[in-house]
Amino acid sequence: MSLIHKTFPKFKVVVDREKCKKCTRCVNGCTFGVLSFNGERIIADNEKCVDCQRCAVYCPAEAITIENYPIVYSPHGTYTERIRKIDWFQSSTGGVLLASTGTDLPYPVIFDDIVLDACQVTNPSIDPLREPVETKVFLGSKPAKLDFDVDPDDENNITMRTRYPPNFEMSMPLMIGHMSLGSISFNACMSIYKAVSELGIVAGSGEGGLNEAFYPYKNHLITEIASGRFGVDLNYLQGVAGLEIKIGQGAKPGHGGHLPGEKVTQLISETRMIPKFSDALSPYPHHDIYSIEDLQQLISALKEATRYKIPIGVKIAAVHNVAPIASGIVRAGADFITIDGFRGGTGSAPRIIRDHVGIPIEVAIASVDERLRSEGIREKVTLIAGGSIRYSADLIKAIALGADICMVAMPVLLAMGCRFCQQCHTGNCSWGIATQRPDLVKRLDVDISVQRIKNLFHAWNEELKEIMGAMGIDSVESLRSNRDRLRYLGPNPHIADVLGIKHVGE
Amino acid sequence: MSKEITIMNFNNFTHCDAPFTDDKVFDGCGISAFINVDGKLENGARIANMVTCLQDRENGLGAGFAVYGCFPDRKDEYCFQIIAEDDTTKDKVKEFLQDKGTISYDEKIPVKSEMGLPRQPILWRYFFKPPSEVNEEAYDDYIVKLHMALNDSFQRKAFVMSAGKNCMALKGNGWSREIAEYYQLENYEGCMWLGHSRFPTNTPGSWFGAHPFSLLSWNVIHNGEITSYGTNRRYLEMFGYKCLLGTDTEVIAYLFDQLVRRHKIPVPIAALAFNPPLYDTIDKMPYEQQLTMKNIRMTYRSALLNGPFSIVVGSEINGKPAMIGLTDRKKLRPQLVAQSDDEKTYFISSEEASFERLRLAEDATHADISKVWASHAGVPFIARLGDGVVRTGMEKPFEGIQLSINEYPPELGT
Repeated sequence: MSLIHKTFPKFKVVVDREKCKKCTRCVNGCTFGVLSFNGERIIADNEKCVDCQRCAVYCPAEAITIENYPIVYSPHGTYTERIRKIDWFQSSTGGVLLASTGTDLPYPVIFDDIVLDACQVTNPSIDPLREPVETKVFLGSKPAKLDFDVDPDDENNITMRTRYPPNFEMSMPLMIGHMSLGSISFNACMSIYKAVSELGIVAGSGEGGLNEAFYPYKNHLITEIASGRFGVDLNYLQGVAGLEIKIGQGAKPGHGGHLPGEKVTQLISETRMIPKFSDALSPYPHHDIYSIEDLQQLISALKEATRYKIPIGVKIAAVHNVAPIASGIVRAGADFITIDGFRGGTGSAPRIIRDHVGIPIEVAIASVDERLRSEGIREKVTLIAGGSIRYSADLIKAIALGADICMVAMPVLLAMGCRFCQQCHTGNCSWGIATQRPDLVKRLDVDISVQRIKNLFHAWNEELKEIMGAMGIDSVESLRSNRDRLRYLGPNPHIADVLGIKHVGE
Repeated sequence: MSKEITIMNFNNFTHCDAPFTDDKVFDGCGISAFINVDGKLENGARIANMVTCLQDRENGLGAGFAVYGCFPDRKDEYCFQIIAEDDTTKDKVKEFLQDKGTISYDEKIPVKSEMGLPRQPILWRYFFKPPSEVNEEAYDDYIVKLHMALNDSFQRKAFVMSAGKNCMALKGNGWSREIAEYYQLENYEGCMWLGHSRFPTNTPGSWFGAHPFSLLSWNVIHNGEITSYGTNRRYLEMFGYKCLLGTDTEVIAYLFDQLVRRHKIPVPIAALAFNPPLYDTIDKMPYEQQLTMKNIRMTYRSALLNGPFSIVVGSEINGKPAMIGLTDRKKLRPQLVAQSDDEKTYFISSEEASFERLRLAEDATHADISKVWASHAGVPFIARLGDGVVRTGMEKPFEGIQLSINEYPPELGT
């Protein structure tokens, strides 16, 4: 028998026989078929272990540890263990490899090469616990100017003439990114929607339609019109905080969505309005949008359909030409534009695209902001940036580079218990987040998750205030695009030029 | 109390040989200003007294003055005043201006060069008219363009000191008493004067970096530091303003021009854009005010001036000079207002000492002052020629303003 297809596991589950009470909780908890009980002891099929840590966390005896599998790959700088495994695996399957979350390749994170400013002497810093520091923002289009009529006989008689476009008021410059029902579970969606309603911010619906159970929260949701048009009906368009035409996603620019038929349960079928167990494949492009003119028509159609009462936006992946594309989108009438950087996450994407296509969000924000300014149209539009906003430092730097609002998803999953095992595409999430199996979905406690998401965002908002206070800024609009408060401390000063920031010491 | 005034004479340890630099300068300064609302003209002796007595607010690295109503014979021409590094550059500037319009008269700005101030530039004054093909309504925009182009065209060897009608700024690198003497302020007369003494802390002072900052008839003197400078600058750059003078104060002059002149926003409303009330306060306002205020904050989010500041803005709207005093909404820099006994002259200063200085003066600079008050944080004081006090600085937002809304927006998403 040939064994050339055989590879070694990544992880090894170690059960301490002395501590183990043989309660088999770990066996029940494992959703990847790693653990079993043979009547005498717990045994592990290490090949299947993904390090989701469910067994280790829930073991009452703390008897389980997970280790790297002790095998040495003969070192080679070019043909790394990762490359060898890809080639071995594809030789066995002949298929396109799928992956989830953002790319796991160690691309340099430009955010980490940027340092922030603070006040000393010439300007007092502000303590946000003692003095107000404001983080409120508005999502929507802004007019270039306000028109006031002043009575020629009485200068104190003033009329505001501008009819203001719709704007959604947000308590902090943060939103939760688009994760559809399908990519994540009902309970995960419910937790997110409840949390944003209580926080006074918005969440994206993803392209999976909107289940009736979520209607009470839809005035805090941006619903997404993707190429598959799943679940788009009047209820999906009206009464929401915003509507977004999804052109692309940072993790898979140029790709559509793919939800395999086995995940299209009764719930998903009702919500997406497609037959049960049918594959939900959204096309790569919108087949009614082959050009910017077509996009303009869809934006106009959506504005008409919603009687100009809802901000309409467009989401694109950060690709090389993101700046002129963004400019075209603004000129096509978008009220907000969402840019998803190439480290952004996904529930399922071809690994080759996830790992190699697109540009980092830091650069995309800077170049889009700059381009829109050079055309004098920056103030009109709300710029939302996402794709690896990992914690509050990234949020602050993204805003100072030019974003209005940051879109966050992966940290929200972490708040709900995700261990980052990167197996979302398998649908076996042992924590009840990225799965449709009812027995797993119920593992996710909605109330606890809501509280943890709120905690996380509250903490970020407080840290934003702390940094702004140290900079002597008491309102987030004065941080926006304030690149003077950033300095570059990294290996490649050319990046600093591209970002429009100075090098440290300058 | 003795009526004798002694000005403390600090040694000038910091008078450095300041090169032209492109770094932003932060300031902690002294500001003073006054306006006679009847339009009575007076020379610069009084403003010099007001500013020079604030000597521990300066460090000898810059001072300047602005005066309104100083060229009654040429009040319809734009008075370009240029700071140039050498004669060659000055000649090039003249050619540049002649190419863009008509110079009806030009002269060297009279100065006491024998005082020996360091790095004295060439200072020249041109009375300028745009060419006939430019519409009269477009004159101001034309001059703004020219102003920016001039600052940008001479490899940092020439800058515009001011380019207003019937007003000018005079500034330089030195102590305020030196600059006052250098320009011989007693030879100019105006109904409104602004005076500034400077304490730049991060980079050396320079002639062009001194206050006031001018654009058309806007003259801004500023004590403080604009922490939103980057945001404001990037906003203004979209509309053709070029922030080349390396000081945060520059953006204030341009923001006033953008909002008040170009967007025709009444000054009290524009002040709310620069210095908006907190959202907590806005939420308690009547609906019309709330709506207007939120729209102001949203539309002009990049015009919000953050950080500590106390400014006086000299302006001339519809031919009437007006003095605008404004502080940041936390009032992290001082500003006081005073009124003369006859209620004809209004004064602003960083410190009450300036008013006291006038009260104690036994010469023509003497003023009887009946009232001194501190305007509320972030609330403008406005006094205007012919109209007297327009805003006292003590009002709540929109107080005294009859505000109406032309068209109410729909409720979001309904």
